[in-house]
Amino acid sequence: MILFEAQNVTKRFRTQTALDGVSISVPEQSIYGLLGPNGAGKTTLIRIINQITAPDSGAIFLNGHPVKPEDVHNIGYLPEERGLYKKMKVGEQALYLAQLKGLSRNEAMRRLKYWFNKLEITGWWDKKVEELSKGMQQKVQFVTTVLHEPQLLIFDEPFTGFDPINVKQIKDEILFLRERGATIIFSTHNMSSVEELCDNITLINKANTILEGSVDKIRSEWAANEYDIVFNGEVTPSGNGHFSILSSRFENGNSIVRIKSNDNADTNEIIKAMTSAGRVVSFNPSLPSMNEIFIRVVERKNKEAAKN
Amino acid sequence: MNKIALIIRREYITRVRKKSFIIMTLLTPFLFALLFIIPALVMSNDDKEFKKIAVVEDGADLFKDVIPDTKDTDFEYLEGININDIKTNFADLGYYGVLYISPQLITTPNAIQLITRKQPAIGLLDHISGSLEKEIEKQKLLAYNIENLDEILKTINTSVRIQTIKMDEEGSATETSTGISMGLAYLSGFLMYMLVFMFGSMVMRGVIEEKTSRIVEVIISSVKPVQLMLGKIIGVALVGLTQFGLWIMLTLAIVMVVKINVLPEGAMEQIQQLPQSFAEADQAMAGMENSPVSGEQISEFESLFASALNQPWGLIIFSFIFYFITGYLLYASLFAAIGSAVDNETETQQFMLPVTIPIILGLVVAMGTMQNPESSLSFWFSMIPLTSPIVMVARIPFDVPAWEIALSMGLMVVTIIGSVWMAAKIYRTGILMYGKKTSYKELWKWLTYKG
Repeated sequence: MILFEAQNVTKRFRTQTALDGVSISVPEQSIYGLLGPNGAGKTTLIRIINQITAPDSGAIFLNGHPVKPEDVHNIGYLPEERGLYKKMKVGEQALYLAQLKGLSRNEAMRRLKYWFNKLEITGWWDKKVEELSKGMQQKVQFVTTVLHEPQLLIFDEPFTGFDPINVKQIKDEILFLRERGATIIFSTHNMSSVEELCDNITLINKANTILEGSVDKIRSEWAANEYDIVFNGEVTPSGNGHFSILSSRFENGNSIVRIKSNDNADTNEIIKAMTSAGRVVSFNPSLPSMNEIFIRVVERKNKEAAKN
Repeated sequence: MNKIALIIRREYITRVRKKSFIIMTLLTPFLFALLFIIPALVMSNDDKEFKKIAVVEDGADLFKDVIPDTKDTDFEYLEGININDIKTNFADLGYYGVLYISPQLITTPNAIQLITRKQPAIGLLDHISGSLEKEIEKQKLLAYNIENLDEILKTINTSVRIQTIKMDEEGSATETSTGISMGLAYLSGFLMYMLVFMFGSMVMRGVIEEKTSRIVEVIISSVKPVQLMLGKIIGVALVGLTQFGLWIMLTLAIVMVVKINVLPEGAMEQIQQLPQSFAEADQAMAGMENSPVSGEQISEFESLFASALNQPWGLIIFSFIFYFITGYLLYASLFAAIGSAVDNETETQQFMLPVTIPIILGLVVAMGTMQNPESSLSFWFSMIPLTSPIVMVARIPFDVPAWEIALSMGLMVVTIIGSVWMAAKIYRTGILMYGKKTSYKELWKWLTYKG
């Protein structure tokens, strides 16, 4: 089931177009990545979803009906700039924000204790926000965003400012939240997190969608018929009519060979050739990283634009 | 809890807990108290320092014992002493100064010198010259050989002191002092200006903080922007009232404590006995020949005190609180709108000007009001809502007709409703706008947005 949908959303500012007919569709209980270079229009889309700004044209839907002002209660939003009162104490502030979301004081307290324990930040309760580092503040804000258990969670650049340990912790929490039924949209430049977390993505460049779909599908489409074969011992296979050798190296007693199959080549033929060349340990399509895909897609688009 | 109540609570508590609030609240009453205490201390100190002045004539004894002693100064007439003998060492002999009178004084007004180490007080000089003038007049009159001169002089001894009586239509009179009214007008006008400006801009800074830190983006998913704005305005208003209330109570407490512990008893009794001793004062006035200086001082102080009691305190305090609340609401809503329209505090300037001009104009007119509380300028500025809080509180000690106060207050209430409505419209749009510099044209567009 589709939980959230944006159809043909266009938003223009005085001098530039921020979004030009962008559509996304987010299945329930999935993680959706909004990717794109700086200034592509990701944050504008997020602000439209949160009804902070209205689109010039196009429509957005939650649970199949057009989004109403009341729906924001069903959305948790973590903005890119950290929205906390600097002079307030962490606990007090978290409690205040939770109560504004409609939780009773007791319930808010109970959930805060749970999350503060889980993220190991209980000791910060009485600290002022300004005493915390950027990453620490972000952790606090992450808690205040998810506390009221909204159906849809939107994180704008949730990993900036975190060290690798905290990045992993937040990733785990995002996966955990999905398991508990939440649907998550997040924007990021961190491509490895996209591979680990996202079910689907949209790549926005200069206000337009240039790539869209499930992460697995996109990666295999961009695989470009390349395979990595690992042999036990030093093996140097040679190409035939079905494939050509791209590179080969010897490492820790294994040979790692990358090949490119010719168009319409039968994988079984390639495997046959390999098994006769030596003892095959593994045979894998070599999937490009999202990082490579990102760079290639964006560069190609920009070149096309330059030509026109 | 109701969401707007939650917001008010936060705005109030975070501000009241701030160090700067606590320091301001505790220190200001000391400054206020000093305003009351210093004059009293100065008065009582005058009495304490006892002075002895040597009076020296060159040979002649034309002015022996002519200058009467006052409460704090004795005049010792030294016979047969040359001025040059004492000129340099009078201080060692225990004198405050030497008064050297030359016999030519009768014909030459400046043939007299007072030699002192310190600058003598004006009162002392007046006392000396007054006594000598009287004596010289007497001696000149004596030259005409008039019979019963002493009695004649007594009967023609005159003194003029104007008592100002304010008569209302029913004919009941109150003794007033323009001085006290002016002081009150000045204090209320200036205090109003300060409070409205201080708390108004506190609202603005709060709005800018929420906007720049994007807190507002998180919060408006929970509450309406208008609720956030009203919560802030009301919260800060309560902070202002708390501070103001504490100032009054602490000032009174400090004045009391100082009265009891620090001021000499005599000075205190003077103040306490003032109301009863009116009759005495009148007597003292009647028998003014050889009038002791202190008698005059007391009666002046007395009437000041009495007219301070006669001020319409109830009306003054009520209207001050009314105009503080309404003036604050008016300016705070404007300041909130400004705060929402800009990205940081430095950008506020272009919008601040039209808001600060009326406030400063109000202060200027209020100060002029003290010279002429009935002028048409004062009247109109105490009606125009942007200036009326400051100008009206400055006019009230001078007795303003009830209908004028009612009209001014009514206009104020209507204007607030309008300004809050307007501010809410600008705020709603402005608080979520970033990046581009807002123009007046843009503000107008936000105001006229439907819905």
